[in-house]
Amino acid sequence: MSSDPTLEQIAKGNGLALCAAGPWTARFAPELEQIVSAAERLTGSRPNIFIDVSQVSKLDTFGAWLIERLRRSLTEGGVEARIAGLSADYSTLVEEVRRVKASPAADLTNVTISGILEQIGRTMAGVGGTLVSLVDMLGAVLAASGRVLRHPRTFRLTSTVHHLEQVCWRAVPIVVLITFLIGCIISQQGIFHFRKFGADIFVVDMLGVLVLREIGVLLVAIMVAGRSGSAYTAELGSMKMREEIDALRTMGFDPIEVLVLPRMLALVLALPILAFLGAMAALYGGGLVAWLYGGVDPEAFLLRLRDAISIDHFTVGLIKAPVMAAVIGIVACVEGLAVQGSAESLGRHTTASVVKGIFFVIVMDGVFAIFFASIGM
Amino acid sequence: MVGQTQAQAQVPLQIPAQDAIIRVRDISVQFGKTKVLDGLDLDVKRGEILGFVGPSGAGKSVLTRTIIGLVPKVSGRIEVFGVDLDAASNSERRAVERRWGILFQQGALFSSLTVRQNIQFPVREYLDVTQRLLDEITIAKLGMVGLLPEVADRFPSELSGGMIKRVALARALALDPELVFLDEPTSGLDPIGAGDFDELVRTLQRTLGLTVFMVTHDLDSLYTACDRIAVLGNGKVIAAGSMADMQASQHPWLRAYFHGKRARAVMA
Repeated sequence: MSSDPTLEQIAKGNGLALCAAGPWTARFAPELEQIVSAAERLTGSRPNIFIDVSQVSKLDTFGAWLIERLRRSLTEGGVEARIAGLSADYSTLVEEVRRVKASPAADLTNVTISGILEQIGRTMAGVGGTLVSLVDMLGAVLAASGRVLRHPRTFRLTSTVHHLEQVCWRAVPIVVLITFLIGCIISQQGIFHFRKFGADIFVVDMLGVLVLREIGVLLVAIMVAGRSGSAYTAELGSMKMREEIDALRTMGFDPIEVLVLPRMLALVLALPILAFLGAMAALYGGGLVAWLYGGVDPEAFLLRLRDAISIDHFTVGLIKAPVMAAVIGIVACVEGLAVQGSAESLGRHTTASVVKGIFFVIVMDGVFAIFFASIGM
Repeated sequence: MVGQTQAQAQVPLQIPAQDAIIRVRDISVQFGKTKVLDGLDLDVKRGEILGFVGPSGAGKSVLTRTIIGLVPKVSGRIEVFGVDLDAASNSERRAVERRWGILFQQGALFSSLTVRQNIQFPVREYLDVTQRLLDEITIAKLGMVGLLPEVADRFPSELSGGMIKRVALARALALDPELVFLDEPTSGLDPIGAGDFDELVRTLQRTLGLTVFMVTHDLDSLYTACDRIAVLGNGKVIAAGSMADMQASQHPWLRAYFHGKRARAVMA
């Protein structure tokens, strides 16, 4: 028994015998394929060809199929080809592969100009679809809140508290740490540049307005979109994949009421709290740097802060928070419920949830800026 | 417990070393404080279909997963194809893994790949063959498990439960393994589908010379497909042998299982 598969050609009168020997198995598939495609070129050289497989030591689907493929292509070439010497053990296997209909391979999609244009068109149409589904979800959530207000017993308090813990309480350390660092950086940069024209103290004005109006809430909203928006999408998406949401529906529960509303409410409550904590941490960090690096002592910092900012700055920041939370929550839930059966789809929608969440947060921030400017706040 | 010791005494578990494709000796598996497998011995003969039964939660799937190396064991020895899996180097282990195929309970198809890509995935990894041969082998494997070539370009989420099992079996068979592990292959199939599946496993075992290790709850499968049956209880193999041996056993669980209402219906 040889260790490598072979196919020997032996002339017999006006015919030809191809003697296969050795192991014709998956392990040797690359070699076997070359041997067989070489033998396929024998087409037309002889009127009849025997494929003798009596010396084959081991045969599996790969070997059996390649022998069958050789027989087929020889027959197609007008040669009378037969398989001989098949042992009883292997004949069932060869019969099995004989039933295989060779079908054309899957066609690969070609990249063409029209294909690219079509893709762009579909994407643009998809943008409209996204907006519609967001409004749809907003409506569904409002309708569900209305029902819950009329029947407060159906409100899922436990679930809401659980989500509040996840998105608010557990987010506090990271939110406080990051906003603290950002406050330090703003303060340091401000002092570094303002000092050139002796305006060190104005860093307090900049820090106060920036943190309370914009950075505090925006930064926290972006962090929440990345942290909790993605979690919501992944949770709802995997529930969708395992038909859990269908199960809820068949039991007479409204998935919006059971799954979406508690999550939305938790987020709407959490974001103002986190934004407030974030703003305080940023002011604290900024004050610390102003004192240690800029020589503005805490008392002077607080006095200046009191003069520089009004309660309006603070309100403007906090008014935005729940709206941004609602936007993040709606985007996350829409994406979660749009997940299809595959793991890839879950990944795609989770990415989309975070990207769209952050995008809409920034758009909302812009809209608010115009609004507050026009009402003079 | 008297019944158990009797059953153990009357069952010859050991078979000659050269015939055994899997040899499990004295393995124990523990999750926290609960002992799931406790000094279990088991041999699987080359070329047989071994049906593995036992009450739910007895550790049938755990044993399968321990043999294939997904669950760590506390003690014991596992030899597959004569290779001690603990002592094996990485490349030896990979060589063993190439010679077995596994059908998971839920199919475990890759959800983001089509049926064709699922079946070709292991082949592409191990063999350097042309796309043409890959496609032809895929169609051949699909045919073997009783599916039409049209299924090849569908995604797993577009398949029925029975089709998922068949595709998963085709993937397990992709590299022409000598040994396949089937974890509850007929669960979730209708009786006719389950019967077809048993028939399929038998046919494949004959044509490909497979050894099959099948965890099952299905009495029909045990009657029609299996050569030998092993029963798991209290973390050990409490009985192993032919169907007749099982029916003759006096062990209370075996009596309940093989002489229950459902068993009588199957035998009738």
